Amino acid sequence: MELLSYLLATDLRMAAPILIAALGLLFMEKSGVVNIGCEGMMLFGTFFGVFFARLSGSPWIGLLFAGMTGMVIGLFFAFIVVTLRANQIVTGIALNIIAQGATSTLNRLIFGVSSQAANAPGFEVVPIPLLSKIPVIGDSLFNQMGPIYLALLLVPLIRWFMMKTTIGLKIRAVGEHPHSADTAGINVRSVRYGSILAGSFLVGAAGGFLSLGILSLFSENMVSGRGYIALAVIIFGKWNSWGVLAAALVFGLGDAVQIKMQTAGSSIPYQFLMMLPYILTILALSGFVGKAESPAASGKPFRNDEL
Amino acid sequence: MNRRLNTILMQCVSITVAFVLGAVVIKMIGISPLFAYGALLNGSFGSINAIGETLVKMTPLILTGLSYAFAARAGLINIGAEGQLYIGGILATLVGSNFAGLPMIIHVPFAVAAAFAGGAVWGGLVGLLKVKFGANEIITTVMLNYIAIYLVSFLVTGPMKAPPGTMPESRPILDSAHLVRILPGTRLHIGIFIAILALLFYYFFIFKMRQGYEMRVVGNNMESARAAGMRPQRTMVLAMLLAGGMGGLAGGVEILGIQGRLLQSFSPGYGFDGIAVALVGVNNPVGIVLGALLFGFLRAGGNRMQLVAQVPVSVIYVVQGLVITFVIIGQNLHVFQKVGVNRPFRRKTGDGPAPEVL
Repeated sequence: MELLSYLLATDLRMAAPILIAALGLLFMEKSGVVNIGCEGMMLFGTFFGVFFARLSGSPWIGLLFAGMTGMVIGLFFAFIVVTLRANQIVTGIALNIIAQGATSTLNRLIFGVSSQAANAPGFEVVPIPLLSKIPVIGDSLFNQMGPIYLALLLVPLIRWFMMKTTIGLKIRAVGEHPHSADTAGINVRSVRYGSILAGSFLVGAAGGFLSLGILSLFSENMVSGRGYIALAVIIFGKWNSWGVLAAALVFGLGDAVQIKMQTAGSSIPYQFLMMLPYILTILALSGFVGKAESPAASGKPFRNDEL
Repeated sequence: MNRRLNTILMQCVSITVAFVLGAVVIKMIGISPLFAYGALLNGSFGSINAIGETLVKMTPLILTGLSYAFAARAGLINIGAEGQLYIGGILATLVGSNFAGLPMIIHVPFAVAAAFAGGAVWGGLVGLLKVKFGANEIITTVMLNYIAIYLVSFLVTGPMKAPPGTMPESRPILDSAHLVRILPGTRLHIGIFIAILALLFYYFFIFKMRQGYEMRVVGNNMESARAAGMRPQRTMVLAMLLAGGMGGLAGGVEILGIQGRLLQSFSPGYGFDGIAVALVGVNNPVGIVLGALLFGFLRAGGNRMQLVAQVPVSVIYVVQGLVITFVIIGQNLHVFQKVGVNRPFRRKTGDGPAPEVL
C-alpha cells in the first residue's frame, strides 16, 4: 500500500511537466501547428524560471516568467512558421539548437562556471484538508505542489474550451481545414498566432515547473527529451486532453518505476525502461493501440492564394 | 541561372547575418568578437592540423546531410540521422573489434558496409512503418533516435563492455579495421573519401538514375507520380533505406576513423547538424559540401575559440542555431513579394522539403 501510494505520488510529480507541455502543444496542434521546438522552449523556461524565482524569492513568479519566456519564443516561432510559412519541423530543430546554446551560455554568464548548480526557491507541498487523509489516493493525489493541482484543473478546462467555445471551434476548424475556415471568414493566421502564444506559455511554464518543482535548480540540458515525450503524449492521447492526461501518467509511471528500481538496485538495465515510452509511441503511431487521427492540416503552412 | 544565383546570394546574406548576431552575443559576454572570430578561423584553417580537424568534422556531416537530403528528395522529413548514426556505430564496432586476422583490404570495407546496413535497417523501418501503417516519419525518427542512444548506452555498460575496465566503453577496434590516417600530424583519415564517394553516389542516383528521378517526382507530387504508373510507397521505403544507410555510414566513419571503440554519446549531435547542412545546401550535392564545410568549420574552430578567447563553446551552438534560423528566414522571405507570373515552380503544399531550386 505504501509502495502504491509512493508510486502514484511520484508518477504525478514526474508526469506534471510533461502534461503541462503536452497541453500547450495541444493548443498549437489543434490549430495545425507542430512544434518540435518544444524541447528548446521548455529549456528556456527551466532557465528563466530559476532566474526569476531567485530574483523574486517566489517560485510562483518564476513560473509566471517561465511561461512569459515561452510566449516570447513562441512569437518568434509564429513569425517564422505562420507569417513566413517556413517548414515547422526545421524551425523547431533550429529552436532546440539555439536553446541548448543560449541557456548554457546564460547559465555560465549569470551563475558562473562553478559545477554547483544554480538553485532556487522551490514549490512546497500543499495538502488539501480532509481529502489528503483518504488512504493511498489522498496522500498521492491531494498532497502535492500547487502547480500540479492547476495542471489537473487545466485538463477538463481545455477540453471544455476546445469543444464548447467559439474560439475553440475556430481553432479546430483552422487545424482541420484552413481553407474552409478562411472561406467562412476566420482569420487563419490570427488563430494560429493566438494558439501558438497560448500554447507557448504553457510549454514555457512546463519548463519552469521542471526546474522549480522537481529539482529546485537549473542544470544544463535538464529537459533531456521531455519535450519530445510531450509530443509523443499527444499522439498517444489522440489529441484529446483526457487522453493526454492518461498518456502523461503512463510515461510518468515509467519514470517513477525506474526511480524506484534504481534505488532498490534492480537488475533490469534501466536503459530498457527509458526506451519504453519511445517504443510505446511508435506502436501507438503504427495503430497497434488504436488509430490516432491528427488534425488534417497538421504541419502545413497556410497560404490563402491557393486551393 | 538567375534563380540559382539568387539562392546562393540569399544563403550568403543569411549566414552573414547569423554571424553578425553571433558577434553581438560574444560582445555581450564581454569579449572582442574580432578576437573570438579570429581564434575560430585560426582553429579551423590556421594550420595543417586545424584544416585536418575541419575535414575530420566535415566527414560525418556530409553523410548525415545526405541522410536528410535523400529522404527530403522523396518528400520525407528524416530527423533520425542521429539514431541511424548510433546504430551504424554499433555495427561498425561489432565487425571492427571481431574477425581478427582479416586483411585490412577486407576488414575495412566489411566494417563500413555493416555500418551502412545497420543504418539502412533503422531508416528502412521508418519507411515501412510509414507506408504500412501511416506512422508519421517525423515522430518515429525522433523516437528511434532515443531508442538507439539508450541501446548504445546499454551495450557499452553491458554485453559489449570491455572486460577489465570500469569505463562504459567497448573493446577497441582491431588495427585491421581502422580507417588509415592520410595526413601526417592530423587526424584526417580515409573516411573523407567515403563521404566523397557517397556524395557522388547521391548525385548519380538522384539526377541520372530512373529510381532517383522517381524519387524526385514522388517528392514533388505524389499524385502525379502515381498517375504516371510509379509506386510511391516503394520509392519512399527505398529513400528511407538509403537515408538510413548514409546516417549509418556517418557512425561507421566516426568509430572506425576517430573514436576507435564504441562509447556512450560518441556523436556531438552530427545527426541534427546534418539537417542544417542539407538545409543550407538546399539538398544539392555541392551545397551539402559547402554546408558541411560551414558546420565543420564551426565545430573545429569552436574548441580553439573556447581555449584562446574564453568564449564558451555553447556560443557556437547559438551561432549554429542562428545560421539555420536565418537560412530558413532567407528562404522564405519571398512571401513578402507580390504574387506574380514569374514564380512557375513554387511547390503547392508546404509540408515537404525546402523549395527546389536546382
